[in-house]
Amino acid sequence: MNNNKVIQVEGLTKMFGDFTAVDAITFDVEKGEIFGFLGANGAGKTTAMKMLIGISKPTSGRATVAGFDVFTNTEDIKKNIGYMSQKFALYDDLTVKENITFFGGIYGLSRKKIKEKSDTLIEELGLKKVANTLVGALPLGWKQKLSFSVSLIHDPKIVFLDEPTGGVDPITRRQFWEMIYKAANQGTTVFVTTHYMDEAEYCDRVSIMVNGKIEALDTPKKLKEQFEAANMNDVFLKLARG
Amino acid sequence: MSITVSNISKSYKKVKALKDISFEVKPAELFGLIGPDGAGKTTLFRILTTLLIANEGNATVAGYEVVTDYKKIRNSVGYMPGKFSLYQDLTVEENLNFFATIFGTTIEENYDLIKDIYVQIEPFKNRRAGKLSGGMKQKLALCCALIHKPKVLFLDEPTTGVDPVSRKEFWEMLKRLQQKDITILVSTPYMDEAALCDRIALIQDGKILQIDTPEAIVKHYPKQIYNVRANNMYQLINSLNEYEHNHSVYPFGEFVHYTDSRTDFNPEDLKVYLESKNLTIVEIEKTEATIEDTFMELAK
Repeated sequence: MNNNKVIQVEGLTKMFGDFTAVDAITFDVEKGEIFGFLGANGAGKTTAMKMLIGISKPTSGRATVAGFDVFTNTEDIKKNIGYMSQKFALYDDLTVKENITFFGGIYGLSRKKIKEKSDTLIEELGLKKVANTLVGALPLGWKQKLSFSVSLIHDPKIVFLDEPTGGVDPITRRQFWEMIYKAANQGTTVFVTTHYMDEAEYCDRVSIMVNGKIEALDTPKKLKEQFEAANMNDVFLKLARG
Repeated sequence: MSITVSNISKSYKKVKALKDISFEVKPAELFGLIGPDGAGKTTLFRILTTLLIANEGNATVAGYEVVTDYKKIRNSVGYMPGKFSLYQDLTVEENLNFFATIFGTTIEENYDLIKDIYVQIEPFKNRRAGKLSGGMKQKLALCCALIHKPKVLFLDEPTTGVDPVSRKEFWEMLKRLQQKDITILVSTPYMDEAALCDRIALIQDGKILQIDTPEAIVKHYPKQIYNVRANNMYQLINSLNEYEHNHSVYPFGEFVHYTDSRTDFNPEDLKVYLESKNLTIVEIEKTEATIEDTFMELAK
C-alpha cells in the first residue's frame, strides 16, 4: 500500500435490504489533505462515513483507513482516527477539563500526557477562565472548537468532521477553519462534510455524492472549470439537480 | 403592521437571551432574522407565538397583543419550530388531517395554499412522518403550519442542516407564499439566504445589530474590501493576521477578504509584504461586501 494514501476506497457498497445507500464508491485521500465530502441530504454521505470510521459493515468492496481494513480491523481504525459531529461532541454536564480528561482516558493516554495536553489545549483555545465550567454553559462556537481539539487529543492520523460548523457564527466558523488548516499543515488528514459551499472552497479536493455514487471529485478550481460554474454552490446545484 | 416588537427583553436565570429588541414587519413582507445559534432567535419566536412571556416590552402579531390576546394569535399564525415537532407515528396524511381538524378546517378547504408543496410529498402520504427524509419532513411541517391559512407564518431555521438544493427549493416556495398575502418571519444561520428576504435583522447575543434591506446593509459597509489570493491559503491567512496594518482578515471561499486600517492603503505594499513571506502568485483585487462581511464587522 502507498504510505501517502491514508484512505483507500474501492467499489465500497452498502445495501439496506434492496436499497443501495452507497453504490460502489472509489477514491483515495492523501496524508495531510483536507478532503471535502459533499452531497445532498440522503445522498449516502453519513452511511459512507460510518463505514470508514468502522461502525457500519460494508456490503461489498474494499477500503482501508489509516492502513486498517474496514471489514476486519475496525477496532484499530477507531484508535487511529478522531471524530466529531455537530450532534455528538462533548458531555454537557462535565466541565471543560473533565471532558478533556475523559476523552484522553478513553484513548488510553497516560495521566501525565493528559495533564500536558489539557494545559496546552486550554491555553491555545483561550479557555483558562472557563476550564472548570460545565461545557453545556459554553456558546456553541466554543464547544465546537473544543470538540475539534479533543478529537485530536490522541494525535490521530485522520480526523472525520461531520458538519462541524452548522449554526456557528461566521467569525467562529472561520476560526474553526483556521484550526483545520493548522491540523492539516501538521500532517493530519481532514475528512469533512459541510452544507456551507464557501467551506467547500477551503478543501484541497472535494467529492460530491448523488444518489449513493460519487459523481464528481477534484480540486474546487477544476470542478468549477469542469461545470463552468462561478463557485462551488453552482457546481453543487448543477450536479445534485441533474 | 403584521408584527410589532417594542423593547422586548427576556432572561433565563443568569442568561439575557433578548436585550431590548424592537422592529416591525409589514403585511406580506418576507422578513429574515439572521444570526448564529444562541443569538436569541428561537426565544423571540416563542414570545411572538405566545409560548413564552417576555420580561419587558410588548409585541403584537396580526393586530393582537401577545399576552392578552394569545388565543386569537394562535388561530391566526402558523409556526414551524426548528425541531421537527409533528407526530412521528402518524402518517403524512394523518398529520395534515390532524392539524386541519384542530383548527376547525379541512385539507380540501385550503388545498390551493399547500398544493405546490403537498404534491411533492403526496406519493408518500401513507408513510409515517418519522420515516421521512429530512427534506420531506420539512415540507410536511410547512404544510401543517399552513393548513389553516394563517395570516402570519413563523419559520424557525427551516433550512438548518439542509443541503443547498433543498434550501433553494424551500426559498422558492416561500416567495410563492408571499404572493398569497402571508407575512413571513423566518430565521436562518445561513447568511447567503439573507439576500432573498425583503428586509433583514442581523442578530447576535440577544441584540439587533442592524435592520434594513439586504442591499442597503451591504451598501453601508464602512470599508473597501480586497480579495486576496496566493499559492498557500494557510500561510496567507497567517501572514495577513500578522500584518500590522490589517483591520480584518476572513477566509471567503477561494479568497481571503482583507480590509486595511489605513485610509491611504496601497495594495502594492501588501503584495510586497506577502511576497517577503515567501508567498507566490499573490493577487489583490477590490471586491464588494456581502451580508456576511457586514455581520462580522458589526459583531467584531
